[in-house]
Amino acid sequence: MDKNGYTEITPNNRLLSLNLREVIAYKDLIYMYVKRDIVTMYKQTILGPLWFVIQPILTTVMFMFVFGNLAGISTDGIPGPLFYFAGIILWNYFADCLNKTSGTFTTNQNVFGKVYFPRLVVPISVTISNLVKFFIQFAIFLIIYIVYAFKGVGITPNWYAFLFPLLVIMSAGLALGFGIIFSSMTTKYRDLTFLLQFGVQLWMYATPVIYPLSTMPADKQWIFQLNPMTSIIETFKYGAIGSGVFSWGWLLYSLIFMIITLLLGTIIFNKVEKDFMDTV
Amino acid sequence: MPTAIKIENVSKQYRLGVISTGTLSHDLNRWWTTSVLRREDPYLKIGETNDRASKGNSEYVWALKDINMEIEQGDVVGIIGKNGAGKSTLLKLLSRVTKPTTGTIKYRGRIASLLEVGTGFHPEMTGRENIYMNGAIMGMTRAEITRKLDEIVDFSGCERYIDTPVKRYSSGMTVRLGFAIAAHLDPEILVVDEVLAVGDAEFQKKAIGKMQDVSKGEGRTVLFVSHNMTAVRNLCKNGYILKNGIIDYQGNIDSVIDRYLAEQEERSKIALGAVSDRKGNGSIRLVDIKFTDLQGCSKDNFSVGDEIIIKIKIETTSRFQNSNTSQLDIGINNSLGERVTWLSTYLYSDKIVLDNGYVNFYIPKLMLNEGTYNVNLCSLVDGELADWVGNVAKLHISYNDYFKNGRIMPPNQGYYITDFQISKQI
Repeated sequence: MDKNGYTEITPNNRLLSLNLREVIAYKDLIYMYVKRDIVTMYKQTILGPLWFVIQPILTTVMFMFVFGNLAGISTDGIPGPLFYFAGIILWNYFADCLNKTSGTFTTNQNVFGKVYFPRLVVPISVTISNLVKFFIQFAIFLIIYIVYAFKGVGITPNWYAFLFPLLVIMSAGLALGFGIIFSSMTTKYRDLTFLLQFGVQLWMYATPVIYPLSTMPADKQWIFQLNPMTSIIETFKYGAIGSGVFSWGWLLYSLIFMIITLLLGTIIFNKVEKDFMDTV
Repeated sequence: MPTAIKIENVSKQYRLGVISTGTLSHDLNRWWTTSVLRREDPYLKIGETNDRASKGNSEYVWALKDINMEIEQGDVVGIIGKNGAGKSTLLKLLSRVTKPTTGTIKYRGRIASLLEVGTGFHPEMTGRENIYMNGAIMGMTRAEITRKLDEIVDFSGCERYIDTPVKRYSSGMTVRLGFAIAAHLDPEILVVDEVLAVGDAEFQKKAIGKMQDVSKGEGRTVLFVSHNMTAVRNLCKNGYILKNGIIDYQGNIDSVIDRYLAEQEERSKIALGAVSDRKGNGSIRLVDIKFTDLQGCSKDNFSVGDEIIIKIKIETTSRFQNSNTSQLDIGINNSLGERVTWLSTYLYSDKIVLDNGYVNFYIPKLMLNEGTYNVNLCSLVDGELADWVGNVAKLHISYNDYFKNGRIMPPNQGYYITDFQISKQI
C-alpha cells in the first residue's frame, strides 16, 4: 500500500517479499482450513480417528517383522515396538506434511482460480492440521512407553527429551519448506510429483528411522548427518529412549538447513502464486 | 469522487495450446534474453489481438491489450462484450487470481471478487461451518462472520438447513448461501462475474437489489460483468464494451448497451454462411436461415398470429459420420438478449437424421408480441456441440389487427400473446 492508500498490482514483485504480514492477517482462514481438515478427514468412515492409530501400529508391526526378524537389523537393544514407533511418528508427520503441501497448487486450483488470499495459508494449515494426527500418535507412543517402563526394560530417558517441541517445529519447518518448493515447481512441470512420491520413500531409508545411526561406521556417519532429518530423529530417540547419536552441532545444522529451506521456499512460492493459474 | 480503481496500460498475454516440452525451451529462451542478455522478452512482442474465430500464426495471444480505466468510488460499472472479449481476464487480474503481463492496477480498499459463489465450500461441512469457511476465504475474520451470521442465514433463506451438510443442499440453495455470504462482505470494491446467471428469478431480483443497496447506500464500487443486458441496465451507471481484448467503447450504461446491441444487429446482417464466429466441432455447418410464409416466399417482417416456416439449410462435413442422435435448435431472443422461446427437434425425438439440405420448422401461429427478435442456431451431434451461431437473423413482428379491433398489447406487457376469451358470471 502506498501513501495514498492504494494497493498496487504489478507484473513483477520484489524478490524478497515474504508477505508474512498478509498471512497473519488471514490467520482466521488458517484456523478454518485446519478445522475443515480435521472435521472432514474421516467423515463417513466407521473407525474414524482410530485410523490415526491403526496406521502407525500396523507399520510398526510390519517393520518389526521385515527389518527386525527377517533382515535382523539391530534396534540398539531397545524393544522393537518402542524403537520403530519412535521413528515412525516423527517421520510420518514429516512425510505426510511434505506430500500434502507439495500438491498445494494443483489440488487447490479451483479455489485459487476464484479468490485471492495469500496462498501460503494452505500449506501452513496443512502442517498444523497434521499435528493433530501426530499428537494422537504421540499419545499412543507414550502408552507403549509407559508399559515398557513398568516392565523394566532398559530405556533411559534424559533431559534432552525436552528438545522435543523444537524437533516437531523443525520437522514441520522442513516439510513446509520442501513442500512449498515442490508445489511451486510442479505447477508447470509435473515430473516432480512423480519424483517426490518415491523420493520420500527412499528418503526414509536414508534417515535412521528403522535402524539406529550407531550401526553405521563412525567415520561414515557424517554422510547420514547431512540429511537434515537425521539429527531430528536421532535426537528424539536419544532423548526419549536413550538410544541414538546426539550432537548439538548437527542439530544446529538441521535448524539452519530448515530456516534456509523455509526462506527459499517462501520466496519461490510467493513468486509463483502470482500467476500459476496460467500454467497449472 | 476519488478514484477507486485505476488501471494503467494493463495487458495480459496467454499462451495457446498445451503446455508441453516446448514450454521449457521457451522458458530457457526467455530467461536467456531477459536475464542474461538484458533484452526485452522475445515472446512479448509476438502475439495477436484475441480474435478467437480467426486463425492466427502466433502461439501467444493478448487476452487484454493496453487497457486503461479509471473508476470512481461509488460507481457501478458494467463490462460487456462477447465471449472471449477479455471480460473475465480483467476480473481475474482485479481479483489477483493472476497477474498482468504488463501495466499496473491500483486500487483503494479491499476487493472482494465474486467470480463464483461458494468458493471453498466443503460438501461434508454444514451450512454454518461453510459460512465461516467461505467468509474466511473472502477475507473476513471470524468475529466479523459471527456478527453477521444471522443476517447471512436470513438472507440466504436456508435457515432450516443451516446445520445440515452442504452436500444435501439443492444446487439453488448452495448458490443462495454463497451469495448471501458474499453480499455481507462489506468490501470497498465488489467484482461480480455473472454469478446471477444461477438461481431463480426471485433470488436474482434479491441479489440485484442487494448490489444496488451496496453501491447506492454505502458508496461502494461495483464492477459487474454480465450478458444479461436487463441486469446490467438496472444496476450500472457506466459501462465499457470490451472487444478482442481492447476497450471498444465507454460511456454511460445506456449508450454502452445501445451501442453493443446495435453492433450485434450489424452482425446479423451478414449472411449466415459467412459468419466465422462459431462454436462446435464443425461436423455440421449451418449455412442459411430463411423465414418464409406457406407459399415459400422469404420475408423478414411478420404479423402477430402469422403462419411461418423457418428453414435452416445445413451442410454436413466429412467429419459427420452416420450419427445416432442429432439435434437442431432455434433459440429466439428479445432485443435485450433474453431467451423468449426455443424450438428444438429434441422436443419431438432424440433421433433425427440430418443431412445436406433444409430442415423446416413450421409454426402454425406465431404468438410473439410486436418487436424485433434475434435468432440463435445450435446443432448437436451425438450430444456434442457441432455448430453454434449467435444472432444469425432478425425476426421483425408487428401487428396486423390481431384482435380485430385495432388494439394491441403494449410491448412492455410481455413477449407472449395468448388467445383468450372473456365471459361474465354472476
